[in-house]
Amino acid sequence: MSRHTLSVLVEDKPGVLTRVAGLFARRAFNIHSLAVGPTEIEGMSRITVVVDAEGDLLEQVTKQLNKLINVIKIVELASDASVQRDHIMVKVRADATSRLQVTQAAELFRASVIDVSTDSLIVEATGVPEKLNALLAVLEPFGIREIVQSGTLAISRGAKSMSDRALRSA
Amino acid sequence: MSKGTPASPALMAAKSPVPSASGTKRAGTRLASAAHSVSPVPGPNHTIGPVEMTGSQAIVRSLEELGVDDVFGLPGGAILPTYDPLMDSERINHVLVRHEQGAGHAAQGYAMVTGRTGVAIVTSGPGATNLVTAIADAHMDSVPMVAITGQVASSVIGTDAFQEADIVGVTMPVTKHSYLVTDPEQIPRVMAEAFHLASTGRPGPVLVDVAKDAQAGPMTFSWPPKIDLPGYRPTVKGHPKQVREAARLIASAQRPVLYVGGGVIKAHACDELAELAETTGAPVVTTLTARGAFPDSHEQHVGMPGMHGSVSAVTSLQQADLLIVLGARFDDRVTGVLSSFAPHASVIHADIDPAEISKNRTADVPIVGSLAEILPDLSKAAEEEFGKTGRPALEPWWSQLNRLRDTYPLGWTEPDDGLSAPQNVIKQIGAQTGPEGVYVAGVGQHQMWSAQFIKYERPHAWLNSAGLGTMGYSVPAAMGAKVGSPDRTVWAIDGDGCFQMTNQELATCAINNIPVKVAVINNSSLGMVRQWQTLFYDGRYSNTDLDTGHNTRRIPDFVKLAEAYGCAGLRCERDEDIEDTIKQALEINDRPVVVDFVVSPNAMVWPMVPAGVSNDLIQIARNMTPQWEEED
Repeated sequence: MSRHTLSVLVEDKPGVLTRVAGLFARRAFNIHSLAVGPTEIEGMSRITVVVDAEGDLLEQVTKQLNKLINVIKIVELASDASVQRDHIMVKVRADATSRLQVTQAAELFRASVIDVSTDSLIVEATGVPEKLNALLAVLEPFGIREIVQSGTLAISRGAKSMSDRALRSA
Repeated sequence: MSKGTPASPALMAAKSPVPSASGTKRAGTRLASAAHSVSPVPGPNHTIGPVEMTGSQAIVRSLEELGVDDVFGLPGGAILPTYDPLMDSERINHVLVRHEQGAGHAAQGYAMVTGRTGVAIVTSGPGATNLVTAIADAHMDSVPMVAITGQVASSVIGTDAFQEADIVGVTMPVTKHSYLVTDPEQIPRVMAEAFHLASTGRPGPVLVDVAKDAQAGPMTFSWPPKIDLPGYRPTVKGHPKQVREAARLIASAQRPVLYVGGGVIKAHACDELAELAETTGAPVVTTLTARGAFPDSHEQHVGMPGMHGSVSAVTSLQQADLLIVLGARFDDRVTGVLSSFAPHASVIHADIDPAEISKNRTADVPIVGSLAEILPDLSKAAEEEFGKTGRPALEPWWSQLNRLRDTYPLGWTEPDDGLSAPQNVIKQIGAQTGPEGVYVAGVGQHQMWSAQFIKYERPHAWLNSAGLGTMGYSVPAAMGAKVGSPDRTVWAIDGDGCFQMTNQELATCAINNIPVKVAVINNSSLGMVRQWQTLFYDGRYSNTDLDTGHNTRRIPDFVKLAEAYGCAGLRCERDEDIEDTIKQALEINDRPVVVDFVVSPNAMVWPMVPAGVSNDLIQIARNMTPQWEEED
C-alpha cells in the first residue's frame, strides 16, 4: 500500500462530495484525508483526496471517479512535483509559568498563537505532515487539550493550472 | 518542474477539453432550422418557447419533445401534479402498472427491443424504492432508462415527511447519474440531460427526482434547452494506433476468439461484428447478454461461454491465444476463477467504458470507443494487415473446435420421473415461434435453458436479467417489449418461482391489450437453487419446494390465476401435448396467454462449471468432464 494524493476537479453541484466519497467507500478504500473548496472558476470545486492504495486499484477507482458526471478531471499529484500542506490548530495548556515556553516552541515552527486565555493557548500551523507531527511532539509535554486538522491541500508546481486545459479550451 | 499527471493517461483522454454545447440554439429565440444534427438533446429538437406553464406540464412537454411515445408508471401523492397534464398528452401512451418494479422492468424491456430510452414514472417514498431493483438491474445490464420520481415538497425534504425517501441517495451507486429538481425552471434541461446521459456512451439508468412544489410551480418553457455537462465526454472513435496494434495481433494469432458481449447490441453494431468475424475467420462466442448479436446459425458461432456455456465456447476461450473482447466485461460467470481464465491468451479489449478496461483481466491492447466505430476500423485494419503478412492459418484451430462442437452439442437426458424435460419445452417454443419472436426470461434454470436451446438469429430478440439476476424480470419486461414491438410475438419464459414475484402485471397486460405469452416452466421449485442443493448440499432441499407442480396442491393454480387476470390459461403436462399447446398459445392474440408447462424438478442445467474452479473443469453432466486427450 502506498499513499496517493488525488486532485479531483468537480462541478459544484449538490451531492457531488457524496458521490466521490461513496466510490471510495464502495471499493473499501480508506480515505486518509479530504479537503474541498471552491476554485478560481465559478461553479467548480476541487477535492483533494489522500488515500492508501495499490496502484492497480487506484487506477480502477480513478476510472470510476471519471465516470461520475460531475467530475471534470482527476490528476494524481506526486509529492516531488507538487506542494502539499496541512493546516492544524492545537489547544495547549499554558498558564503564566509555561506560556512563554509554549510561545517559543510555536515560533520555532513558524506557528502562530491565535488565541490566549488564562490557562490555554491556541497554536496554528501550516506545513507538511512531518513538520506538524514534530510540532505536536514538542507541544505534547505541555498538555494538548484539542486538535483540529484540515485535509491535505495540494497543488502542482510550475505555471500550469489544472483547470486550464480542462475548461478553457475550444 | 512538473505538474500532476493524469491518473491513467492511456485511457482517459475523454474528459477534456470541453466545448460548450454549441450545437444547441439558445432556447426561445425561434431560430430557423429545428434539427441540429450535433445537438446532444435527443428528439427532433423543435424550437419552442418561451411559454409559461407549470413544472409538471414542463415534464410532460419535455417527454414529448424528447420523442417519447410510451411510459410506464403508477401515480401517488408526490407525482400527482404530473399525472394531470399527462392525461392530456396526445403523444404519450402511459401504461398503468400494478407495482412500480413492473414499471421499471417494463421500461427496460421496452428499451431492449427498441433501442430507445425506457421511461418509468412513480411517486416518492415506497413508489421510488419499489423501483430500485429495476434501476439496479438496468445499471448492471447497461439499459438506457429514465426514472422520474415524485419527491415531497422541497420545504419538507429532510424532515421525514410522509412518503419521503432520499431516493437520490438510495440509488446513487446504481444509477449512471441522478438529479433532484427543486426549481421548475431546471426541468427541461434536466430532462434533456437525463435522456442524453441514459442513451449515450455506456447506456444506463438516470433518475430524475422532482419535488412536488417544483411540479406545481410556474416556469417558462423553452426548447431545446442548453445541455451543460462539462464532465461527460464519452470517447466514440477508437484510437487509430490501438486499432492498428490490435490488427497486428489478429494477423499473428493462431487461435483467436471473438468474445462478444452485450455492448455490441447496445452499440447497434451487429452488422459490423459480422463483417469483422468474416474478415478474420475467427470463432465467435456470444455471452448471455449478447445472444443474437451474431447469428446462432452462422458456422463461426461456437456458442455461449461461461458457467453454463457450451463445451466448444468455453474451451475456445480457455485455449485461445488471442481474445478479441467486444463490449464484454469478463464477468465472473464467464471467466470462472479469473486467474485460470484463458491462460494463454493476449487480450484486445474494445469497450466504450474505459473503466471496464483491465478491471478484471489486463488488456494488452485497450481500445476505448463505440463499437459501431471501432469494428469497421478494425476490419479494415485487419484486412490491411492480412495484405501485408498473409492470413493466419486457422484450420487446425477450427478442426479442434469443430470436433468439440460435434462431440459435445448441447443436449439433455430425459427425466426419469416421467415428466417433461423443460429443455424440450423451451426448445419447441423457440422452434415454433422462430427467430422473429422476442424471448424474455426470468432468472434461473429456465433462463439458462432459454439461452441454450432457443436459436437467436438477430439482436434485440433475447432479453434477460443477466448481471443482477433479478427473479421477476420476465413478465413486466415482456410487457414492455410487447409495447415497444407490438407486431412481434413476445414470450415471457418464466419459472414458477420468478412468475410469482411479478405476475400482477398480467392485469396490466390484459387491460391494456398487451397480449404477451407466458410460458411458466413449472418444476414446482426454485430450480437453480435446488440444482445446487442436489450437487453441493447432498440433496438437502432447504426451502426450495414451491408446491406448484405435479403431485402438489398447486398453490397457486396458474391456469386459474391466468383466468382470474383475464388471460387465457393453458396447461401442458405431457410430452405429446407440448407442440399443440404452443401452437394453441401462438394462435391466441386477443389477450395474454399463460401456459403452465408442468415439467420435471430433477432436470439440471448442463454443461456446468462448478463455482470456484477453473473453466477447464467444465462438466457435461454430473461428474462427467469432456475427454480432452484427443484435443490436446
